[in-house]
Amino acid sequence: MKRSIIGLFLDENLAADALDDLRKAGYEMDEYEVLTGLPYPEGTFGEDEPKHKLYRWPLFGAVCGFIMGFMITAGTQVAYPLVTGGKPVLGVPPMAIIMYEGTMLGAIIFTIIGVVFESRLPRIFMGAYDTRITEGYIGVTVTTSEDKIEEAEKILKNIGAEDIKRGWE
Amino acid sequence: MQEHIQLNQKEINDISLSPILETPKWWLPAVLITFGFIVTGLAAFFYMVYHGLGVTGLNRPVFWGFFIVNFVFWIGISHAGIMISAILRLTQAEWRRPITRAAEVLTVFSLMAALHTPLFHVGRPWRTYWVFPYDFSRGVWPNVRSPFVWDPSAVGTYLIASTLFVIICLLPDLAIIRDRTTGLRSKIYGILCLGWRGTPRQWKMQTIVGILLSALVLPVFVSVHSIVSWDFAVIAGVEGWHSTIFAPYFIIGAIHSGVSAVATFMVVMMWVWKGNDKILRPDHLDAIGRLLIIVATTWFLFLFLEVAFALFTLERPEIALRELQFFKWPFSGLFILFLLTSYFIPVPMWMFKNVRRSLPLMFISTILVNVGMWLERFLIIVPSLSRKTPFAFDWGSYTPSIVEILIVTETFAFVIFGLLLFSKFFPLIPLFDIKEGMVFRDEIKIGRRTVPASIRE
Repeated sequence: MKRSIIGLFLDENLAADALDDLRKAGYEMDEYEVLTGLPYPEGTFGEDEPKHKLYRWPLFGAVCGFIMGFMITAGTQVAYPLVTGGKPVLGVPPMAIIMYEGTMLGAIIFTIIGVVFESRLPRIFMGAYDTRITEGYIGVTVTTSEDKIEEAEKILKNIGAEDIKRGWE
Repeated sequence: MQEHIQLNQKEINDISLSPILETPKWWLPAVLITFGFIVTGLAAFFYMVYHGLGVTGLNRPVFWGFFIVNFVFWIGISHAGIMISAILRLTQAEWRRPITRAAEVLTVFSLMAALHTPLFHVGRPWRTYWVFPYDFSRGVWPNVRSPFVWDPSAVGTYLIASTLFVIICLLPDLAIIRDRTTGLRSKIYGILCLGWRGTPRQWKMQTIVGILLSALVLPVFVSVHSIVSWDFAVIAGVEGWHSTIFAPYFIIGAIHSGVSAVATFMVVMMWVWKGNDKILRPDHLDAIGRLLIIVATTWFLFLFLEVAFALFTLERPEIALRELQFFKWPFSGLFILFLLTSYFIPVPMWMFKNVRRSLPLMFISTILVNVGMWLERFLIIVPSLSRKTPFAFDWGSYTPSIVEILIVTETFAFVIFGLLLFSKFFPLIPLFDIKEGMVFRDEIKIGRRTVPASIRE
């Protein structure tokens, strides 16, 4: 089982230094993480930019929504044709309205699903975490094997973590 | 924005979460009173269901009355939230931060209120499901060429979109409540926030989704009130309705009433929740007041064009309708009241900085706008139907019954009730957005002055 540890910092520079030292000590990118109570600009702590494919989700959703809208409008009119005044059974302008709403609805729902997925949520086990993070502290977590956790604790302590807590994954 | 009170993250949490962690004394009485109005309205509704629509004032030829007026009104209010939130997010306007959540939540509850009234209006609400394509067994499907099928698709899309928008932007704030509570409450908020921790990946997604959803919801926002306007505009037989300008006219009218409603709500938030005045400042009201002058004046231009284009043709039925609207009692009195309350009183008031920064005056002026905008919808719907038209053979007038008044009152109580409940369980001010604004704010010295500046990527 992996062990996890969190060091709490009040200063952004110290948290960034902690990440530098962890990197120098040979910890891999997926072994450490910064937790903050607000969205700092990317790279504030020297962390790597998270890769994501969020922009594909609304596109895929829009296509699904468009097809759904088309099936509802065209399908229902063909299934129950109301021939009015010699006009065509498939009335494109009203179909376009519902297909448009379907497209947008699909894009929005898939965006939300995409955000949850790309944020790696829902997360059942919190691992090492401290409630002070939402009050302004910056948490540096290390999740690694049992034998490397002691060294990580030393690094966080040496840099000047205000507090250090252990958790598990 | 030249003024602010610098707060740290803990102070922001304390202020914004105080309505959730400590129930204000007025909260329960307010909830009970609004709930009383809701129960009364529902009793009136069931009375109407039992006795039929004959208990309303609706009769030939005025079949659309208070219910539809109210429907259009609440759809209008709902446009505020997303408009303010989305446009201000996309343009990265700093003053948006404390008001986006309140505006979005107002959107959700006013949309729910809007959906109430057509249900009441149809007389047999238990058959509402007929607008959905459900009947696989008999092969009878809804007529997609009817605006009354477009309406549920547009309003439904908007309601789902704005609700999801609120929920996804709430996640970081739910995590804050989780961290500030204990026991079962903490566990429930822990589940609701989906185990949010605040990793760079999660923050990046949160930042992108704010922009992405804003961009996606704005076209829906435009389509919703356009489609509502087409409920009227596609009817060729009613003068005053069959107008190409209706879609943009309705949208700008919705923005006018909606932004005013947000300003009213902001004032109430500053009054009733202690400490909010440290986050919501008079300069936020000032900014929204300036925005309202532009919105109101654009709306007034559309109102002028709508009347001018109608009269330009010199068609007798159109002139007769305008005579009824402008010069025949009681519509003439309502028309004057409408013009005064929606434009000629509030806009000159907003010209003055002292008014824009005054809570009582902003409250009064924005309430006046919504009185006026409710009357606008009434004056569009009722006089147009009161006249004999090519497809109807009656003249008639309309007097709302007590049943309709109670049901319409219920929708107002419902929105207030919803906002009160929301404020008890979720923060009305987006905490992480405020914190971001506070942390990335600094002061710079230019010559002999020190001015606030925002740091942005």
